[in-house]
Amino acid sequence: MQRRLKIGVLYSRVRVEEKWIFAALEKRGIDYDRLDDRAIHFDLNDPKPWQQYDAVLERSISYNAGLYTLRLLNAFGVPTVNTASVAEICGDKLMTSAALARDGVPQPHNATAFTPEAALAAIEAFGYPVVLKPVVGSWGRLLAKVNDRDAAEAVLEHKSTLGSVQHSVFYIQEYIEKPGRDIRAIVIGERVLTAMYRKSEHWITNTARGGEGELCPITPEIEELCLRAAKSMGGGVLAVDLVEHPEKGLVVNEINHTMEFHTMQPVSGIDIAGEIVEYTVSVAKEYA
Amino acid sequence: MSAVTCPECEAQIGLDDGTEVGEIIVCSDCGVDLEVIAIDPAAVQLAPMEQEDWGE
Repeated sequence: MQRRLKIGVLYSRVRVEEKWIFAALEKRGIDYDRLDDRAIHFDLNDPKPWQQYDAVLERSISYNAGLYTLRLLNAFGVPTVNTASVAEICGDKLMTSAALARDGVPQPHNATAFTPEAALAAIEAFGYPVVLKPVVGSWGRLLAKVNDRDAAEAVLEHKSTLGSVQHSVFYIQEYIEKPGRDIRAIVIGERVLTAMYRKSEHWITNTARGGEGELCPITPEIEELCLRAAKSMGGGVLAVDLVEHPEKGLVVNEINHTMEFHTMQPVSGIDIAGEIVEYTVSVAKEYA
Repeated sequence: MSAVTCPECEAQIGLDDGTEVGEIIVCSDCGVDLEVIAIDPAAVQLAPMEQEDWGE
């Protein structure tokens, strides 16, 4: 008789997305455990408690907790959605840009430097305005649009003095005059599931910052670009954020590996949580 | 529907049916984020502050 699959869901908070995922697992009668990343601990000499899982779906809010858990699980031979490698690339904007550049996927012009002086030189070479972003972090936090040299000097000094060492990995991006919106597409495996415009009067269009969602038709161009971007990351369950660049056309801005979809699921009418569960089960079966 | 007391402002907050442990609710009086830590009986505590590496 075939053994019943067991799935783990790693989470930090039960957001509406996690409630939908839990409900989708329960609806399908799938045996699963809820793994609170604040409560779990690993004995590195005893992987057995973790090897009971045929797959673990990672939904941590904490990038560090999620990433290290994925690394350990993958080292223990436990399949995960997404893999540690994908989380490493997607969770760090510089790693994402490097992978996209390697694979020739169109993206905004980016540069990086590791001291304020070198960053200032890179910014001056770009011309103003530019955007400074933390390499790790999300929800549109700590993004800075830098309009002139005075602002650049101030932001760089603040980042190097007040921020953690990671804030001294200066990630510099061209400022894009986008048409008051960007596009988020959900890619699961080899499929672009749905796409949504995120509209905002503010230059930061993240829905976590108040951007509004509206269904976006999946054109062949969007589909092809999203699939290329997802493949460049290593595949899995991903949210690809696209920007309409006035000269370059569609470019990939960033890719999230534990995406929120509380706006997207109702806007699209697609059961994204159910699709994530189905994909996780397919990964579990592949390795079972 | 069970009710809890906000630890920040002592307002009475009703929990919707289907509320789960680990969920974040917002106090309708003072606006603080509260984490549901138990359902039966219901209990909440101040939710952890947002960390630098949090996101999606």
